Amino acid sequence: MATRKPYIRSMDGWWRRDPFFVRYMIREASSFFVAAYALVLLWGLWALERGHNAYDAWLEALRHPLMVLFHLVALAFVSYHAYTWWKVAPKTMPTVRLGGREISQAQISAGGWAAWAVASVAVLVLVGWGTR
Amino acid sequence: MAETKFIEIEVFRYNPETGLEPRFQTYKVPFTDDMSVLQGLQYIKDELDGSLTFRWSCRMAICGSCGKMVNGIPHLSCKTFLRDYYPNKVRVEPLTHFPVERDLCIDQSDFLRKLESVKPYVIPREERSLAQGEYVQTPAQMQEYYQYSQCINCLLCYAACPQYGLNKSFTGPAALALLHRYNADSRDGGREQRMELVNAEEGVWGCTYVGYCSQVCPKQVDPAHAINQNKSASALDYFMRFVMPRGGE
Repeated sequence: MATRKPYIRSMDGWWRRDPFFVRYMIREASSFFVAAYALVLLWGLWALERGHNAYDAWLEALRHPLMVLFHLVALAFVSYHAYTWWKVAPKTMPTVRLGGREISQAQISAGGWAAWAVASVAVLVLVGWGTR
Repeated sequence: MAETKFIEIEVFRYNPETGLEPRFQTYKVPFTDDMSVLQGLQYIKDELDGSLTFRWSCRMAICGSCGKMVNGIPHLSCKTFLRDYYPNKVRVEPLTHFPVERDLCIDQSDFLRKLESVKPYVIPREERSLAQGEYVQTPAQMQEYYQYSQCINCLLCYAACPQYGLNKSFTGPAALALLHRYNADSRDGGREQRMELVNAEEGVWGCTYVGYCSQVCPKQVDPAHAINQNKSASALDYFMRFVMPRGGE
C-alpha cells in the first residue's frame, strides 16, 4: 500500500514568477495613483468652493516641484491604468454581435483606446484654448 | 544521416514514501523535431528511469490529462515541443497551486468537488416527455455557450490563477466557465440555483481578474470572460432583488 503525503508548494513571491503577474501587480498598484490624483482634484474643487484665495493657494501648491513630480509619476501610472482598462474591458461584457457578426475583443479594445485618444486631444485643445 | 540531438530535461521529483523534500533530476534525452515534451517524459520512463510518474492519455490535446508546468508556464505537455526549447534545458514541474502526489502527478480532487458544485449539466427549463421530442436549439443559441463547452478540465487555468493558489475556497476558472456554459444554454433552467454560487465570496467575486487563465487555456475557452461578465450578472442579480423580491411568484 502506497503512502499518501501530498506535498504543498509555497506561494511566496508568486507575483515575481511570471512577467504577466508583474504587469498585473503594476496595474493593481496604478489604482493608488488614480485615487491619489482624484483626491488632488477634489482638493481643488473644495478650494474653488471656498473662494478666490483658497483656489490661488491650491494653484500655488500645484507648482511645488514635489507636486510636479507627483503629477508626472501619476500621469505615467494613470496612462498605464487607462491602457490596461481598455485591454481588459472586453472580457467584462457579454460578447457583442452586430448584424450577426461577432465584434472581436481586439476591436473593442481598439475602440476604447481610440475614444481615449480623442478625449485626451479634446481636453488638451479645450485647455489650450481656454488658457490662451 | 543527421546527428542525433540531445536535450536536457530537468524533472521535478517527489516521492511521498521517502519523506525527502522534492528535488530536480536532469535527464539527457535524444529527440527529433516532432517530439513533444510528453514524448520526452515517455522516453525517460521507458529508457532511463522507470520510477518517473506522470499522467497522460490521448497525446492529442483532447483528454486534458498531461498538463505540466514547462519552464514555469502551464502547458499541455503533448502540445508543447522540445524543439522550441533546444538548445536550452526544459524544466518540467507538476501543475502549480495543487498538492503534489508524486513526481508530476497532482491531487485534483479539490477541482472535481468544485466542478460538481456548479451543477455542470443541463437542468431542463421545462420537462418534456420522450413523445414530445428533443429540446431544440438554433445555431445562434448554441453559439452563446459553444466556446465554454470546449473545456477539457486540464486545469492549466487553475495553475495560472494566483487567486486559486492563495485562496483554495475560490471556485476557480474552469468550474466557473462551465457554470456559465450551462447558464448560457437556452435549454437550461438552472440559473437560479447556480446564481447562489456565482454571488458567493468563493464565486466570481473571488476573481481579481489577473486574466492569465484565458492566456494559457489550450482550447480558447476564455474563462476570464465567463467569470467577469458574471460579475455584472451577479451585481444585477443583487440589485434586482430590491425591485423584484424573490419568492413572491
